[in-house]
Amino acid sequence: MILIAAISLGVIGAISAAFLYAASKKFEVYEDPRIAEVQEALPAANCGGCGFPGCSGFANACVKADELDNLYCPVGGAEVMSEVAKILGKEVTTAEPMVAVVRCNGNCNARPRNNTYDGARTCAIASTLYGGETGCSYGCHGFGDCVSVCNFDAIHIHPETGLPEVIEDKCTACGACVKACPKNIIELRKKGPKSRRIFVSCINKDKGAVAKKACNNACIGCGKCVKECAFEAITLENNLAYIDYTKCRLCRKCVAVCPTGAIHELNFPPKKEPAAETKVKEETIQ
Amino acid sequence: MLKTFRIGGIHPPENKLSAGKKITPLALPQQVIVPLSQHIGAPATAVVKKGDLVKVGTLLAQATGFVSANIHSSVSGKVNKIDNALDASGYRRMAIYIDVEGDEWEESIDRSETIVKTTSLTAEEIIKRVAEAGIVGLGGATFPTQVKLTPPPGNKAEILIINAAECEPFLTSDHMLMMEKGEEVLIGTSLLMKAIHVTKAVIGIENNKKDAIAHLQKLAVEYKGIEIQPLKTQYPQGGEKQLIDSIIRRQVKSGALPISEGAVVQNVGTAFAVYEAVIKNKPLIERVVTVTGKEVANPSNFLVRLGTPITELIEAAGGLPPRTGKIIGGGPMMGKALVNTEVPVTKGSSGILILSEKEAVRKPMENCIRCAKCVSACPMGLNPTQLMTATEFTQWDLAEKNHITDCIECGSCSYTCPANRPLLDHIRYGKGKVMGIIRARKS
Repeated sequence: MILIAAISLGVIGAISAAFLYAASKKFEVYEDPRIAEVQEALPAANCGGCGFPGCSGFANACVKADELDNLYCPVGGAEVMSEVAKILGKEVTTAEPMVAVVRCNGNCNARPRNNTYDGARTCAIASTLYGGETGCSYGCHGFGDCVSVCNFDAIHIHPETGLPEVIEDKCTACGACVKACPKNIIELRKKGPKSRRIFVSCINKDKGAVAKKACNNACIGCGKCVKECAFEAITLENNLAYIDYTKCRLCRKCVAVCPTGAIHELNFPPKKEPAAETKVKEETIQ
Repeated sequence: MLKTFRIGGIHPPENKLSAGKKITPLALPQQVIVPLSQHIGAPATAVVKKGDLVKVGTLLAQATGFVSANIHSSVSGKVNKIDNALDASGYRRMAIYIDVEGDEWEESIDRSETIVKTTSLTAEEIIKRVAEAGIVGLGGATFPTQVKLTPPPGNKAEILIINAAECEPFLTSDHMLMMEKGEEVLIGTSLLMKAIHVTKAVIGIENNKKDAIAHLQKLAVEYKGIEIQPLKTQYPQGGEKQLIDSIIRRQVKSGALPISEGAVVQNVGTAFAVYEAVIKNKPLIERVVTVTGKEVANPSNFLVRLGTPITELIEAAGGLPPRTGKIIGGGPMMGKALVNTEVPVTKGSSGILILSEKEAVRKPMENCIRCAKCVSACPMGLNPTQLMTATEFTQWDLAEKNHITDCIECGSCSYTCPANRPLLDHIRYGKGKVMGIIRARKS
């Protein structure tokens, strides 16, 4: 009895094995082993900053692409990209390191609250309902939609200013916060040499008087910075100045002439003092 | 057993404090601010410029495109500037500022009180006059009326429904309009019937306005085809689809327009405006606005020129009470909190509600206990808690599958929620997102 059972089971097993083997051969899906290799090299953040659905999607795209021109992992940066290029034997792509920049400096003192919002505490919902708790309908709500989408813990709401603050060392420029901000306040800008950057920290397009009334730190569109800039890096449109980071040479002249202090400089050494060797303490956004 | 709609619905305290208060014309303000976008659709294009002298009824802005509406001057005076002005939600939109000088009317407007019951105008001419007068749905949705009177090809109107439910608590502007201008409302209704070629019209009035029902029933004897239908008081009876269900027991399918069931719904205020436009040649320049609230000294119904800053209305009703928590444009259910009292009265302003700090406070949100009260309350038969969760987790496909776009934003779900969850806040946001996705897919 036992013998019969063992034989029959063995036969069934053998037939099944043969069938499974045949099936696996017939329906085999060939996957380029390099995809796995590339994926191994990627940071596995699955942030979508590259524009593909997660790291495996990006790895797949890298392997299939002829050139790596339009493919870039913002999280891994040049280091990871050169590794990917090495695996695939392709040209290395280089891209300027970017960083997220918050273009609102309407802190609690500069931009007094004139109403209280008590609806669902997300920026997305608040901005579909109305302009915000202050007189500035362009400014930051401060409910932190950018904070909750950040996978890298690189952006936080500053408890005193009520505005988001980017931690540059952690920011990978994946762009999640840029997409999450319903006011389009956050922009990806060139990180700059030694992380030095100059930008207009305001997106208020109202006329000067209106903007100034709503917020002391607003760009009033006076155009002084445009005249001061020797490199034509600043444009004034709809009562708002914008500094083109590809043209800006970081001379800092515009910062000095801005009457409202809307133009911010980051990580510069203090003026009129010999430049310190190490990074200067990050300027706190006022 | 009185008729009402069959799915969901709630009955919040009615608080019709200003019921029975006569409609009083409000004194002319010093300056009016007339926004170019007072309706759904494309903003109108200004046809006056700075320094122009205008009279009451002068065309200020021309409709841009099919879904848009003309805007006329509500006062006589001089155009001060055309500039950005704060709208009710704190964003800046283009508006025409007019400094008031005297009160001179265009000669073409018949200002006499005599009631004219008949007209020789054809349907097309009536619709043309309605379009010229810049009439929009005065219930609050502000959809251009001429568009609604021109059914899309392949559809035929069978019945006209006049929405006089006024289901929002506190508001009484439609109620008082029916009491004082009953005859005009009925003539306006018959004009609308003529415009859409129907022989039957039903005016749906909630049972908490018994005097208006009796008054109109008495008057309606003389008008062929107009029937007054008392309805059981239930919110949101004034929703178009709810009212159709209440009166003719037909359900408008998901995503369809009322005309697909043969119904055209117009607000009672719109019917009155149509009377004035067609018979008296008077464009839409003023409307009845309720100013109310438990702490307000004199809750009142005012006849207000469009563009009057709402501070003037609040002053006329006895001023802003101390410890005001919220000022709401519209009723407590669907109205929007105003961020500024300088905003003007527009075509869609039906009321101003002033809540005290105690009334305005929103209780802290707690976890959903799955009691399904929101599901029973939803007049569109949706599952609000599921839609809110789908929105929170950005599952737009799930939200779309569960008909988030059918939401009429009545707020019944948030009202009933024992855990104080801001259901409507999320659903409204999700609805906007999903509609954007659908539009993107179509194009």
